[in-house]
Amino acid sequence: MGIGASALGFGFVYGLSAREAGFSPIEAIAMSLIVFGGASQFAAVGYIASGMAWPAIVVLTGLLNARHLLYSAALAPWLRNVPFVRRAVAAHLLTDEAFALSVAHFRRVGRTDEWGYWIAAIASTLIPWNVATAVGVVLGGQIPNPMQFGVDIIFPAAMIGLSVGLITGRRELTAAIVGAGVGVAVALLTSPAVGIIAGGLVGPVAGLLVPARLARETAPLGTTPSAERYAMPGARFERDAEQSEDKP
Amino acid sequence: MSTELIPLAVLMFLVTYPSRALGLLTPWLDRLPRVGFDYLQLVGPAVLAALAAVAVMVVTDAAGTPTFHVGIEWVAVLACLAVTAWRRNLLMGLIAAVAIVVIARATGFAAIPV
Repeated sequence: MGIGASALGFGFVYGLSAREAGFSPIEAIAMSLIVFGGASQFAAVGYIASGMAWPAIVVLTGLLNARHLLYSAALAPWLRNVPFVRRAVAAHLLTDEAFALSVAHFRRVGRTDEWGYWIAAIASTLIPWNVATAVGVVLGGQIPNPMQFGVDIIFPAAMIGLSVGLITGRRELTAAIVGAGVGVAVALLTSPAVGIIAGGLVGPVAGLLVPARLARETAPLGTTPSAERYAMPGARFERDAEQSEDKP
Repeated sequence: MSTELIPLAVLMFLVTYPSRALGLLTPWLDRLPRVGFDYLQLVGPAVLAALAAVAVMVVTDAAGTPTFHVGIEWVAVLACLAVTAWRRNLLMGLIAAVAIVVIARATGFAAIPV
């Protein structure tokens, strides 16, 4: 419900911003359906309003959305038994929200739940995002200065709230803190898009460096129990293979 | 009604989809070494925290130069973090964050972004 509410709020602000930048309702809604990437759509509104050339917008969009590569790789082990065509469709619906919700759900139930992914991606994100975009671009002009209602805080608050759901130990906590710190530092030196990717790449390395003793992990890194910790669906580990060989 | 920006949306899709699909459609990713699995499980918290931190701490001026930002947004995001962790409820965290920003802006404690 929180994700749906955040998608509604964020989508509304996007629709509003698009309207102010001169987008027609069809253009704003088409962008939400075709691109379906909140942060990059927001950035594009600013780029278009400032008169940036399309090739530059496209390059920056690619950069900003490159973080999805990390999400995609992290989801791959969970969805590997899903048919190729459905995975290809699922890829278009992969957002920050869909990733966080579905991974947290898979971990909770200890297996892949494909319906869980579709619900997270469509019911919690795609539908509210597009409905709110339409409302924002059509009706937003009737609301004087919506920023006074704090709608701009919804996106960062939702992101930090989603990360809470994925922090299950000190390794995850370390990854989040280092990811945030590196992200801000690199963003200040380069650009926000590069900073986010850098944080997403470096944070997990820092998390992996946390010694098992400090992390209080029951499953030390690099061991079979570590790999089994998240119950990868259908995963076959060396120990399992050894055990099955022992069986008559 | 203008449709001039729809081709741009298609171009944006064309550079976004590969990032989303590469991991999901690449067959060898499920045969990563164990440390690879462990790394990927830490990607989510790191990326989401980086997104939130960059969104509230870095603002880009008209010239595109990123600068450090301090504001009520920090308090709001930290409040959301605390409430979500405490109650395990994102909606309550979002409500707390929005309430802090609304009150701060209504009372003149924080400026309303342009």
